[in-house]
Amino acid sequence: MRERHIVGASVPRKEGWDKITGAARYVDDMVLPGMLYGATVRSNIARGKIRKISFDPSIAWDQFVLVTAKDIPGKNCISLILDDQPCLASDSVNHPEEPILLLAHTDRPKLRKAIDAVSIEFEPLPPVYTIEESEQQSTIIWGTDNTFKSYLVEKGDVDAVWKEAAHIVEGEYFTGAQEQLYIENNGIIAAFDPENGVTVWGSLQCPYYVHKALMALCSLPEDKIRVVQMETGGAFGGKEEYPSMIAGHAALLAMKSNRPVKIVYDRMEDMVATTKRHPSRTRHRTAVSKDGKLLGGEIEFTIDGGAYATLSSVVLSRGTIHAGGPYYWPSVRIRTKALATNAPPHGAFRGFGAPQSLFAMERHMDRIAQVVGISPAEIRRRNFLKPGQTTTTEQTIREDIDLDRLLSRALELSLYAAKKTRFAEENKTGMRKKGIGIAAFLHGAGFTGSGERHLNSLVGVEARADGGVRVLVSSAEFGQGTNTVLCQIAAEALALPYESVAIAQPDTTVVPNSGPTVASRTAMIVGKLVQSAAKGIQQTLAKAGLLGDHYTREQFHAACKEYIAARGALKSYARYEAPRDVYWDDDKYRGEAYGAFAWAVYVAQVTVDLTTYAVNVDDVVALQEVGKVLNPVLAEGQITGGVAQAIGFALYEKVVWQNGRMINNQMTNYIMPTSADLPPIRVFFEELGNVHGAHGAKGIGELPMDGPAPAILNAVEDAIGVRFHSIPLLPEDLFAALRPEPLEQDSPSSARGSA
Amino acid sequence: MNTSPGTGAKCEVLFTVNGEAKKLFVHPMERLLDVLRNDLKLTGAKEGCGEGECGSCSILLDGMLVNSCLVPVAQASGASIVTIEGMSAHALMNPLQEAFLECGGAQCGICTPGMILAAVYLLEKKPEPAPADIREGLAGNLCRCTGYMQIFEAVSKAARRRVTK
Repeated sequence: MRERHIVGASVPRKEGWDKITGAARYVDDMVLPGMLYGATVRSNIARGKIRKISFDPSIAWDQFVLVTAKDIPGKNCISLILDDQPCLASDSVNHPEEPILLLAHTDRPKLRKAIDAVSIEFEPLPPVYTIEESEQQSTIIWGTDNTFKSYLVEKGDVDAVWKEAAHIVEGEYFTGAQEQLYIENNGIIAAFDPENGVTVWGSLQCPYYVHKALMALCSLPEDKIRVVQMETGGAFGGKEEYPSMIAGHAALLAMKSNRPVKIVYDRMEDMVATTKRHPSRTRHRTAVSKDGKLLGGEIEFTIDGGAYATLSSVVLSRGTIHAGGPYYWPSVRIRTKALATNAPPHGAFRGFGAPQSLFAMERHMDRIAQVVGISPAEIRRRNFLKPGQTTTTEQTIREDIDLDRLLSRALELSLYAAKKTRFAEENKTGMRKKGIGIAAFLHGAGFTGSGERHLNSLVGVEARADGGVRVLVSSAEFGQGTNTVLCQIAAEALALPYESVAIAQPDTTVVPNSGPTVASRTAMIVGKLVQSAAKGIQQTLAKAGLLGDHYTREQFHAACKEYIAARGALKSYARYEAPRDVYWDDDKYRGEAYGAFAWAVYVAQVTVDLTTYAVNVDDVVALQEVGKVLNPVLAEGQITGGVAQAIGFALYEKVVWQNGRMINNQMTNYIMPTSADLPPIRVFFEELGNVHGAHGAKGIGELPMDGPAPAILNAVEDAIGVRFHSIPLLPEDLFAALRPEPLEQDSPSSARGSA
Repeated sequence: MNTSPGTGAKCEVLFTVNGEAKKLFVHPMERLLDVLRNDLKLTGAKEGCGEGECGSCSILLDGMLVNSCLVPVAQASGASIVTIEGMSAHALMNPLQEAFLECGGAQCGICTPGMILAAVYLLEKKPEPAPADIREGLAGNLCRCTGYMQIFEAVSKAARRRVTK
């Protein structure tokens, strides 16, 4: 028997050695014999009808493989939720960069010239670019009302609270689009032969999403589609739904040419054409008592979904459920909607709607504190959710969370009180003003409501004759540590060394559908299933009389060998079973929204330079309760990485739109934080445990995206006393708000920054 | 912008890669990154941005840390090139690799080969770097996963280990 626990230990990353030696294989590192390169001809207008496609005769078109919508064997859509997004536009386009035509050739440079030699004539139609234009409905671009989805959450009688309110506090908040900016661009290789069907290898998060999309598009049965995930160089949600589109394109070219086809985007194409975080607008109207208790509120949360429905309904759902923050609302009405615009569809990005609505909530809490006349810490203490109370969806908090204590600890770790006093004194002089801000928040782990029940995930563990154990899941590794923590869980369950457990490369012919690798669900939901499937191996061996309660590694090996010799393969599967006490009403949007929440209080310290108008983050304390930490080094890496992205979301990363198209689609002018930009990110965990997760784990991946932006803007206000309601907050926005005399011409883009 | 020009006359280019002499017949303006990856099958250098911003394609060219996506292959004529694949014997590699594994310096791994080369380059110049030196030394290599903290820790740990040895 092993003595030390593997779960909870910082064992090295499973695929770490290959990554640090450069041996890890990403899709662009792979070449197949006879392979062609594929490219996409896209729309250069936002909305209109396709009138004519013509081909410049100077190009030898017979050397190219050409695919249009007419070549699609199955349904022309990217099958996901509503199936409204075409794989290739046939008669009309609804956003800039919408794919229309595909080309393939052996020689990559020739493709670029060929793309330029295709001209497409459009009859333009009036486009819609903003949430405001879309909700006016003077131009209808989707359905009957431009609305992909709306939700209404109602708790208590909010209409009755306004009379008794001592204060009514209103606010409007905005967040911008954000590019995931994984360093590895999107890419897929597809191959086809009539006997085996379509195989794709790619950079992706959800093998079975791609599988489903290709079945519909190629009109092939389940067993004629194979999806293999290659090493994936970052994803953050950006490789959740879009890889199905690229896989579809590569598959169509492969089917037409009977040759393997590689489509790897370059950075400009990836940034201009693929998904981003949904821009959002949130309005709060809050009734507050004299002593700062929330009595009730109306929250209106609206997101810009872009041109097709894709995942917007689900992003909206998460944003809706998180809109009330970690607070107790006696009554609340939350109205939310996802609207269509003629921009490329916005999609999954770490946090998935929650960073948007929580940004508003946490800025608004500071505003309420000012109106009531108490401190930002005190307003939160008076309203924190407590065990036994219910959330906005009337989910009862059953875990023993003490947010008051979490806040106190975060304030101590950040030396909040001392700094607050010191900064107030120091800020009286000089041009560099310091401030400190708080954000308290929560993040639900797993799919929302009935989502996990519908996913019905299946996980396998197999043991081989040599005693080696392999985890079989479709959960993808893309940096977050899936391979490592799932192997830790299996090793712990089987009382084997970590080294004895491997994980299969996600390949739909090898691994079952354990659901998509999203929604902070892998450690909690899939981990629990891995634990149970691993236990199944031990039970099978025990039942066969080959293994006792306590065993050595050698005894386990011997037992596996004997079992397999006598009966063949030794595999054990576990399927998700919804906890019995969980109630969720999809129509009323009421009930247990998530199996578990992670809880956090972050404190950010900033310097605002009134000479350069730059905001610098000097320190971040990130304190969270995430259940059992399965691997401390990996967990800390998730938090520091998420905080860094969230600092980018708050202060650096601005997608500049022109007629529905991103025009700064390069790393040179879309700025993410470098190693020189970031403060020390100090990570602290509390571990309460969670009955639903493996060893008490909860979700962790998305949580750190939620808190830093509001904490930073709260700190900026603390430093200079100016309220900003919109992110990203760039130096030009500060300049526009703070300059002594307005310039003659105000640019429309700066007006929003200083609402 | 990321595709090497395919027209124009090819020419002969000679250089050393990871200690081996290479003779190639290539377009002079082809990007060194593409020649390394496609012709020489050295795929450890990655393309992230194609414009010298991200550093994933970092290599050592005559001992200098460069973005191979910005180097026309003709410019590397006669040079000595070292890629991540050629680093295994380097005295700094073992401490750096161990420290990256222990500290969580690699997550998705796509920036890691470039990051390790940047760390080697830094530690050759500054064997005992201050935290600010590490931040500055790695500022040309973007990482979207880690928030850099664990990379700083790994580089600092590798430096300490080598100095105490």
